[in-house]
Amino acid sequence: MYKKSRIEWVVALLRVMIGWHFLYEGILKLYNPDWTAFGYLASSQGPFKFLFSALANESIIHWIDTLNIVTLLVVGITLLLGIFEKLGALLGIGLLAMYYLAHPPFPGLTQLNVEGNYWLVNKNLIELVALVVIYYLPTGQRFGLNYFKKSRNVKMEVK
Amino acid sequence: MKWTRRDLLKGLGGLPILGAVWWAGAATTVGKRKQRNQILEQLNIQPSLPPAVMGISGKPIRVGIIGFGIRGEQLCRALGFATKEWIEEMKLEVQENPNNKGLEDFLNQEKLNVQLAGVCDIFDYRAEKALRSFSSENNKIKRFSTYKEMIHSGEIDAVVIATPDHWHAPMAIEALENGIHVYVEKPMTHTIEETYRLRDAAVQSRAVFAVGHQHRQTLSFRTAKDIVDKGTLGHVSLIQTNTNRNDDNGAWNYEIMEQANPDSIDWEQFLGTAPQIPFNKNHFFRWRKWWSYGSGLSGDLLTHDYDRLNCVLGMGIPKSVMASGGVYTHIDGRNVPDVMQVNMEFPDFTTGSNQIKGKEKGMTFCYSATLGNGYNRPTVLMGHDGTMEFGNTLTIWPDGGSTRYATMLEEGKMNPMVPIYQYNPGNNSLDAVSSATSQYFADKGLMWTYIDGKRVDSTFLHMREWLSVIKNGGLVSCGINEGFEEAIAAHMAGLSWKLGRRISWDANSESLVPIEGIDFDEVLLSNDMITNHFINVP
Repeated sequence: MYKKSRIEWVVALLRVMIGWHFLYEGILKLYNPDWTAFGYLASSQGPFKFLFSALANESIIHWIDTLNIVTLLVVGITLLLGIFEKLGALLGIGLLAMYYLAHPPFPGLTQLNVEGNYWLVNKNLIELVALVVIYYLPTGQRFGLNYFKKSRNVKMEVK
Repeated sequence: MKWTRRDLLKGLGGLPILGAVWWAGAATTVGKRKQRNQILEQLNIQPSLPPAVMGISGKPIRVGIIGFGIRGEQLCRALGFATKEWIEEMKLEVQENPNNKGLEDFLNQEKLNVQLAGVCDIFDYRAEKALRSFSSENNKIKRFSTYKEMIHSGEIDAVVIATPDHWHAPMAIEALENGIHVYVEKPMTHTIEETYRLRDAAVQSRAVFAVGHQHRQTLSFRTAKDIVDKGTLGHVSLIQTNTNRNDDNGAWNYEIMEQANPDSIDWEQFLGTAPQIPFNKNHFFRWRKWWSYGSGLSGDLLTHDYDRLNCVLGMGIPKSVMASGGVYTHIDGRNVPDVMQVNMEFPDFTTGSNQIKGKEKGMTFCYSATLGNGYNRPTVLMGHDGTMEFGNTLTIWPDGGSTRYATMLEEGKMNPMVPIYQYNPGNNSLDAVSSATSQYFADKGLMWTYIDGKRVDSTFLHMREWLSVIKNGGLVSCGINEGFEEAIAAHMAGLSWKLGRRISWDANSESLVPIEGIDFDEVLLSNDMITNHFINVP
């Protein structure tokens, strides 16, 4: 068996990369006032089309856009900084589940604007499962702000 | 508590990464936007807004519809009147496909201040369908057996003419001479001689005359005019525009109705001045296939492409036209071509030049059509500085050899493969965490959404404009001058195909350059005088 610490370091690396990805997507949208999820939602396919089409409604799309950017940033920041990472992982799972279900790679559906080929499993789903790992294996105490929390605990134990 | 460097690295190592990602994202986005804005500022294109139309108030305009066939029904819907049959049919379609917005759009359409007062159709079934659908206790609609009866009845203020082509001018002239407003389908005439007579009648009449080129209302075309006027494309030397259809409906093989017989159709009136032949259902329903009543690709479909570019460029009547083609895809007895290429020459026309004076002048308008293939070839305007794909959406690419954009191309700020401008009134761009956002999709800041968020039928806008001008005065966007140019250009194409010769226009005398021994109108109407023998006979 490998040492637990080594596994934790690898997961921490995974966490930083996912955080990186979320943060970058959030920032691009934050600094681009023209960005909107309207097209993605309005062109939704599959069994949950009705739900996502409803989200594209003119009256709420502005809120959906803001919520999406905020969530992307929160996930990115928590995972990168290694604090509240369980919350970050859960939010990320929720967001990716919605992206996945809005355009699921199901047989018979046209895959819009994607690179590569997918059947049932796509990159959104893989990233989602990676976030499940991060949820169960928090690593902020190894690399991240939670490190300070841990070291304080350790010192208290020593006393 | 004292932290070592190791502690800080482990605890705060994420911070510099966060900072770096944030900076990279912000710099990329802001940089791209800046570059984009620089291009857009230079282009300075103003996406157009829907035209303001004065209200149609007061007493409702009494409209009479002449010809209640396929197009007549569509025009009535634009006026706000749909048949019961159509509504039922659309309800079924919505059940099958919830995305079908036809009915919803119709129901959302603004109500026009019109009274449908009369109908004239020589086929009993169609006339009765109109009465059944639109006649009510409050509004009894009258059926007139002839257009003259309708025009002279005193019960109609305006007529909508949606008949076969050979009836357009006689009806429109009769109406105009009697002060009745006219909305006539395209092409507005069937012969050269009629075209002059109709123009005289329209100029002399106080009634408002409009040709049914509804695309003049399309917002993207107004924006396209701004684009061309600002020299965005430079000197346009070639326009390519096309028709591609590959189905029975597109080839004018409309349904032959079982209700049709010599008793239910006034055949003599249908023929009018056309060659007197015995009752023929095929000719009645599919009249677009014979020169006696219609004008084939040149009158029917080229006119759309010609007029929508004429409204953007204002190039007018071509100096000369050459056409070729034949009956190759529907050998069913028709004598209008189903594959046709028309080249119109405009040697003195220019959209402006960014190069040294005198280097560029002249343009060819190339129309290419087939009824045997449905591949969607876009319309393109090809200029020295850029190329514009022209339709409901507009896309402009800079040209690699452009003079105007040379510096920006050199600096890598523009790329011939990447559009510099896109206008899309129904924008539907894709974006998500894992998808690469293509630059091909429109910039939201430039898009024009549907009017008040609703998809609007351009025929409705066109008829509303006509009705508003009737009430308030002003000019219609496709009046007699635009119609005159369209009709002459279409007839030149038809003549060139029939004669296999170049047809030229003399702008000074406003007449076709004569060809010895040829009577142009005789040729246009004739089913026999086709010297270009590429007609396959079944």
